[in-house]
Amino acid sequence: MAGLPIARPIPAGAAKRRRISDEALAGWISISPWLLGFVVFTGVPLLASLYFSFTKYDVIRSPEWVGLDNYRRLLTNDRLFPLALRNTFTYALMAVPLDVATSLGAALLLNQARRWQGVFRTIYYLPAITPAVATSYLFIWILNPNAGLLNRGLRFLHLPAPQWTVDPFWIKPTIVISQLWVLGGSMIILLAALKQVPAPLYEAAWLDGAGRWRRFKDVTLPMISGVLFFVATVGTINALQVFTQGYVMFDKNGGPEQSALFIVMYLYNRAFGTGTFQMGYAAAIAWILFVIVVAITVFQFRLSKRWVYYESGDER
Amino acid sequence: MAVIVDAAARPLTVPRVTAPRPPRQRPTAAAGQFLLYVVLFALSALFLLPFAWLVLTSLKPPDEVFDPGWIPSPWYPQNYADVFANAPVGRWLRNSLIVAVLGVVSVVFSSSLVAYGFARLRFRGKKQLFALVMATYLLPQMVTLIPTFLIWNRLGAVNTFYPLWAGNLFGSAFYIFMLRQFLFTIPQDLVDAARIDGAGYFRIYWSIMLPLIKPALAVVAVFEFQAKWNDFFLPLIYVNRTELYTMALGLASFKDEYETQWALWMAASVILTLPMMLLFFLAQRFLVEGVATTGLKG
Repeated sequence: MAGLPIARPIPAGAAKRRRISDEALAGWISISPWLLGFVVFTGVPLLASLYFSFTKYDVIRSPEWVGLDNYRRLLTNDRLFPLALRNTFTYALMAVPLDVATSLGAALLLNQARRWQGVFRTIYYLPAITPAVATSYLFIWILNPNAGLLNRGLRFLHLPAPQWTVDPFWIKPTIVISQLWVLGGSMIILLAALKQVPAPLYEAAWLDGAGRWRRFKDVTLPMISGVLFFVATVGTINALQVFTQGYVMFDKNGGPEQSALFIVMYLYNRAFGTGTFQMGYAAAIAWILFVIVVAITVFQFRLSKRWVYYESGDER
Repeated sequence: MAVIVDAAARPLTVPRVTAPRPPRQRPTAAAGQFLLYVVLFALSALFLLPFAWLVLTSLKPPDEVFDPGWIPSPWYPQNYADVFANAPVGRWLRNSLIVAVLGVVSVVFSSSLVAYGFARLRFRGKKQLFALVMATYLLPQMVTLIPTFLIWNRLGAVNTFYPLWAGNLFGSAFYIFMLRQFLFTIPQDLVDAARIDGAGYFRIYWSIMLPLIKPALAVVAVFEFQAKWNDFFLPLIYVNRTELYTMALGLASFKDEYETQWALWMAASVILTLPMMLLFFLAQRFLVEGVATTGLKG
């Protein structure tokens, strides 16, 4: 929409002679910081990490080409890598749908509130600004099987009180719960989307006799599906790279039975955590993670064509 | 003119459509609202209680941390003094502040300049390049981690603050996208008038665009301040001398250093969190709407 309706001061003949217009030059200059950063901190590292993944590299000696050896070891001869993969997928499968569902639920509730909506919105958002290290400490405490707040509440209600931070089975749910507390970010994005659904659509649906559920399913959901897709996609990419919670709530090896050993933690351990840099091996882990993330993202985009509704005529 | 400027100066306001209110008002509607507020208050408790509990626990005497009661008896603010006495917390806070401020200043200028190019200037290949910007937003950061570390290592920048903030000099996809949205809303008439007065493209960026998107820049500044203040991963990778720790990394080290001194952990957690709370309340109005705009048109 940034059309320039005025005639520019340069005469037509002069503009023709120049290979690049002043405006284009200014455009390239203005995006040059990003372009430079893209080359130096994204493009080159992306390819470099592919190269390193075929080498053995300890930073002190120069990289030694080993072909597919790192990948072969990772996939056939490494006990921890499949475990880290499994842990990460299990976590993401629990965390992402739950996060999307609960933040949508919270947004729907807030959207119904006619008074004090701003106050509730602030309260619900507050945990999202808490540093992850502090949240992690807070939740190992709250979910402490003996003295923790949650289990005291559960016992009070005569409900079963799981060994959250101790039993390997409950470790991932523990992290998921701590992440649900910080749902504020996605909730606020969804709330804004809900507010943009045009009211006449609801009125039309209501006049056609659509009940509450039908109005939600056939008006609200299609109208916010683009934003839901955004929240789910970004949420998935982040969940697959979970690190801080596992590392701080438990330890770099992932706590009891290494149940919180996630891919990035394993990558970190191999690259930085053992005293010797295993950069080649870690780069191979990074590339496998990259391929997984890209595959899942592409799959989500494909799938989105079936359920995401885009208004026609969107200018961007 | 004044009207235009004024309208453009507040591009943060999301157009508010009144909440859907079907023209039916029965007694059940009142009951529904009542139930709604019961749920809203219950959820508020879920979100707030952990904070209350964190603060109260940080004020308990160390040997009473495990007691079931919420209220410390006696109140024991000494924990905070102990945190400062045991660890170089003042230094860590200062380090966090330096990294956050440098990160904010560099990302605000770089991202707004790049966004200006993408939003308001015409050049060939722009569309494709912007698609690339968005692709980098979805790119998992971990893929580039190791070569990036090796670059900083080669530059001798490990155990300095540069790796923690200098990447911001090149803009950040998320903010570029967001600021571009805001720059679209600035009326072209203003630019045309400035062009006629002889202003160049960068003069327009500096004297027209930047002042008009100040609220959006404030959002970027606050987001980035939080991101840098809260960041744990980069300091963990790049900084391993205690005196260079940021507060987040320093707090994480409490777990190993003061293994069972929970009161200290809690007090240090409050120290780390409090500045973010203050910042949030100061910038609240901008922030919430700033987050809201990011997902739209995604």
